[in-house]
Amino acid sequence: MENILLREKVADLQSYFACGGYRALKKALALKPAEVIEEVKKSGLRGRGGAGFPAGLKWSFIPKDAPGPRYLVCNADEGEPGTFKDRELMLKNPHALIEGMAIAAYAIGAETGYIYIRGEFTAECALLEREIASARAKGFIGRNILGSGINFELHLHRGAGAYICGEETALLESLEGFKGQPRLKPPFPAVKGLFASPTVINNVETLAAVPAILEKGGEWYAAIGTGKSTGTKLFSVSGPVNKPGVYELPLGVTFRDLLEKNCGGMREGTRLKAVIPGGSSTPVLTAEEAWAVKLDYESLATAGSMLGSGGVIVIEEGRCMVKLLQVLARFYHHESCGQCTPCREGCGWIEKLLNRLEAGRGTKKDIDTLVSVAEGMLGRTICPLADAMAMPVISFVKKFRSEFEAHAAGNYCPPDAPVKR
Amino acid sequence: MAFKLSAEFKAKADKLCAKYPRRDAALIPLLHEVQKEQGFVAEEAMDELAALLGLPYARVKAVVTFYTMFNRAPVGKYHLQVCRNISCHMAGAPGLLNRLRDKLGIAEGETTKDGLFTLSAVECLGACGAAPVMQVNEEYFEKLDEAKLDALLEDLKHGRLPGRAR
Repeated sequence: MENILLREKVADLQSYFACGGYRALKKALALKPAEVIEEVKKSGLRGRGGAGFPAGLKWSFIPKDAPGPRYLVCNADEGEPGTFKDRELMLKNPHALIEGMAIAAYAIGAETGYIYIRGEFTAECALLEREIASARAKGFIGRNILGSGINFELHLHRGAGAYICGEETALLESLEGFKGQPRLKPPFPAVKGLFASPTVINNVETLAAVPAILEKGGEWYAAIGTGKSTGTKLFSVSGPVNKPGVYELPLGVTFRDLLEKNCGGMREGTRLKAVIPGGSSTPVLTAEEAWAVKLDYESLATAGSMLGSGGVIVIEEGRCMVKLLQVLARFYHHESCGQCTPCREGCGWIEKLLNRLEAGRGTKKDIDTLVSVAEGMLGRTICPLADAMAMPVISFVKKFRSEFEAHAAGNYCPPDAPVKR
Repeated sequence: MAFKLSAEFKAKADKLCAKYPRRDAALIPLLHEVQKEQGFVAEEAMDELAALLGLPYARVKAVVTFYTMFNRAPVGKYHLQVCRNISCHMAGAPGLLNRLRDKLGIAEGETTKDGLFTLSAVECLGACGAAPVMQVNEEYFEKLDEAKLDALLEDLKHGRLPGRAR
């Protein structure tokens, strides 16, 4: 099927418009806001940032009669290891995002929107800045959009290097100029979000799907994919495959098809060992489990993992799982915001245990401690960062326990072999 | 020597603050501006920004120290930031880091004596499909190997920072 999001030659306003761009916005403005929300609900579109919450439902949580401003925020703080889809999408099809935001803003009654973009993405920032200006010059955003009397001002806001700001309430704190420490919920952002006003926060990929849904209808979108996982999804594939990259495929595609048909299979001389299917925080699958799995919200949940962000990390035979988990633990320890004790202490503890095991100084008891620390973190913090550390730990140890035991027995792994290309 | 934000900077600050209903929301964008001008965020700059936005110094310091992109000390002309997260790790990031340490004679977090290079190991840069990745100042260099890394270092030593290799 034709791509909805990752399209070629639509990176500037003129070419996007020539391909029918901004027709969906015109169509949306002729509907009532509630009708726009209804269409998105019908599409079954779910949040593409990781949580998979239904987008239309999220929009409908904005109180109808709340006085004062409302805000729309795009989460472009892509930082989940293994995920690089939003960057590609913003470079290739920035106006799908801008148009999607204009439509979403109209639906929820927001006159101001912010794109919170990862600080390191300077080229993407410059491109978006330029394209937002062109859209404003043509009256697609700004004051009195297309003569409708509706206003929508869109600003770009650069982050400054903190993984935690991908969590939506940490993002709001950061956007207000504070440390990115997640907020307690409730109140949820729909009631009290940015600057204490009703706010919707959606991922880049979610918002970029909105124009096509408005243009072709929610039912059309819902017919793509599987029953509860509708539409297409961007999969970012990294690891030793022949063609790593971002692929747009209907939800429910098999991992086998993604790997063999799209990514050209495993690189010569390598064999599949394991897959982290949805970004580094999702539980790892063994090769056997991965070969059998379909990539959608329900199938991956049934397989004991998650679709997450769609960041598919492919791991080959010969890779030391203890070492890889150590790499992840160092990351989560570094990125824990320090607010909740189970996360702040737990991530550090896990990293220390793994450092010890990896250096050949660990014991069998350390392996049980790893799991018990991780289990003690699950669900006991304000935000899911602790879970994001705990889930890899629990799944790595459960599925590759013999490697951890070999480390504890002193047979620790040799340094990484040189990379074959 | 007292540090003062220029009139030009203050004019830019007013424009940035206007994007938000509260001026202090522009703190992070303003810190980016300071770093762009000065190369790092000095204590004096934190004082000045706090005064400009009517904030306590502690609030500014808390933000500067929370976010990894803000340098609190000068860095070299070229800031080499090697991603060491999972996909880059598997694609050979540890080897690249070792090579840089050897060739430059510095450890992570250090700057060469000539002030040319600062070396950092960083977490996921969001370009895992093109691993291993290194960011130099604001540019990404992707699919690196030792030969490409050596060539890039030579370019940089001669003051040439190639454009984004995409």
